Amino acid sequence: MPRRTFLGACLAALVPLGAGAEEIGDPERGARLYSQCIGCHEVGAEARDRIGPQLNGVFGRRAGSIEGYRYSPSMDRMGSDGLTWTLETLDAYLENPRILVSGTRMSFRGMREPQDRADVLAYLRIYSDNPQDIPEAEPTARRTDPDLDLPPEVLAIQGDRAWGQFLSSECKTCHLAEGGDEGIPSIVAWPEEDFVLAMHAYKRGLRPNQTMQMMAQRLSDEEIAALAAYFAQSR
Amino acid sequence: MKLKRRTFIGTSAAVAATLAAPMVGGQARPRVVVVGGGSGGATAARYVAQDSEGAIDVTLIEPNRVYYTCYFSNLYIGGFQEMDDLGHTYGKLAADYGINVVHDWAVGVDRDAKTVALAGGGSVPYDRLILSPGIDFVDGAVPGWDVTSQSVMPHAYKGGTQAVLLKSQIEAMPEGGTYAMVAPPNPFRCPPGPYERISMVAHLLTQVNPTAKILIVDPKEKFSKQGLFEEGWANHYPGMVDRIGPDFGAANVEVRPDTMEVVIDGNVESVDACNVIPAMKAGRICDMAAVTDGNWAPVDPFTMRSKMDDNIQILGDASQQGDMPKSGFSANSQAKVAAMVVRGDLTGSQVFPARYSNTCWSLIATDDGVKVGASYEPTDEKIASVSSFISQTGEDAALRRQTYEESLGWYAGIVSDMFG
Repeated sequence: MPRRTFLGACLAALVPLGAGAEEIGDPERGARLYSQCIGCHEVGAEARDRIGPQLNGVFGRRAGSIEGYRYSPSMDRMGSDGLTWTLETLDAYLENPRILVSGTRMSFRGMREPQDRADVLAYLRIYSDNPQDIPEAEPTARRTDPDLDLPPEVLAIQGDRAWGQFLSSECKTCHLAEGGDEGIPSIVAWPEEDFVLAMHAYKRGLRPNQTMQMMAQRLSDEEIAALAAYFAQSR
Repeated sequence: MKLKRRTFIGTSAAVAATLAAPMVGGQARPRVVVVGGGSGGATAARYVAQDSEGAIDVTLIEPNRVYYTCYFSNLYIGGFQEMDDLGHTYGKLAADYGINVVHDWAVGVDRDAKTVALAGGGSVPYDRLILSPGIDFVDGAVPGWDVTSQSVMPHAYKGGTQAVLLKSQIEAMPEGGTYAMVAPPNPFRCPPGPYERISMVAHLLTQVNPTAKILIVDPKEKFSKQGLFEEGWANHYPGMVDRIGPDFGAANVEVRPDTMEVVIDGNVESVDACNVIPAMKAGRICDMAAVTDGNWAPVDPFTMRSKMDDNIQILGDASQQGDMPKSGFSANSQAKVAAMVVRGDLTGSQVFPARYSNTCWSLIATDDGVKVGASYEPTDEKIASVSSFISQTGEDAALRRQTYEESLGWYAGIVSDMFG
């Protein structure tokens, strides 16, 4: 994972929403940028599932919901938990897929520039019929929450392992200390950055699961870093 | 990765640790005695022993060699769990963590001498005592019922044999017969528990006795996850469940075990199986230790210390702490704070600010799980809820199945956390 990504820096940067898909961004530019995606994801007439699922009607679609397509267990779990593709979640996923789905099979380093993502999404929006005429409604409604940025210094915090060890006791009520993935995902031996991205995504409500949202909401940036440091070195 | 600075909290905690004077003194090792090997006690014993790395001598007093969790006993009744899978032993706590596990009843606490008396004779000395005895029932709470009636009208509100007995009685009901539950008044262990049980009894009856009826006699106006349960009962078990609340006399109930009758505000109902869940109080050892005020044992929200005795902490159902429900999850959460505090007392280890959480999952029908949860922080007054959530009515099947599977993951997690 070559470089750091910055969750949500994007969202504030999106231009104000107007009357249609083109207001999300520039769909023509998005079509050109989509050349990075087309190798795996088809879209438009005749599109079918290839390496990745086809993306017609992706706005409003439940994650992991195309019949017959074989998703990663991680994507299946997020879909069952309620992850739905909206402008907001697609934007986060495009920025860095692991913000939303840690074990995704989508091997994509992410699109750093908010404008690039906005343009690609404007392009994809053309292939989602509903609710094309009411762009201000979900799933194309845009969040205006100004607190979505995850500044680089947050990702740079060195976590305190001892603090993380105490905090981790709360996680271990549900997550097996020795790993194990039945019903509840394993959280041991994660790369620290993945852990931090995931917890901030829960904290911001980008990831579903009410329990995890609640647990993450009261964790400070330092506490998330402490947990990441602890779990990275657990078995 | 990205070494930049020590976080403020870590630094300040480290400083605090060096200021705290270890209280080891001349004696060999400080002694922590834990009474009760359930979600609070087993967790506390494990975390004290594990995190002190042998610096503290830990004794766990628990009468049962095999501990059956009360949670998931409803799923046993519904046929989703085997009772054997709900039984756990203390071998790892003894072998891997060096805990002295004593299978005996604690029958008294001498707070001046700092000893716990055992039913089998002798006593165990302590520097710090952790009481986590769970619940007992309030005598006379349901007229006509006492513990000698529990083989005829089981409570099935402690793990193990009572649930087995209740299930066999339900299976033996005549065709079209009636199962009645006398539900408990607040506060009680596992707030959604009686209603998950109704769901699981309904699930069982739907298969073995589909014309049977379920009658809930409930002294409370409302109950946990009510909207979710009532929606589920209407969807899965239409017409089977009837609940009588206090507005129809349910607060005035008497049972007659000899004739299998329930008397509701003077009206006699004949029933075929009767599940009496009486009002509850702290496990008896709390009265013996004189740490109760009324039915429960009040504690300091920051440390779980008894308000009556700084050398005693009380965990879980028995404690009176504020907003947390009486649940295994809560007890496990409180145990970790208590273990950290007691280690700080005895070895000067770091003490971090307390925090608590709880989630209660319930199964309504096959693959139809719901949950409710909250996080908590201590205040001077009580352990206070700071945020909460609950499953929504009308959720789709995939989410409900996921919630159920999550509950199975939680069970595996918590018993592993408790028993090693």
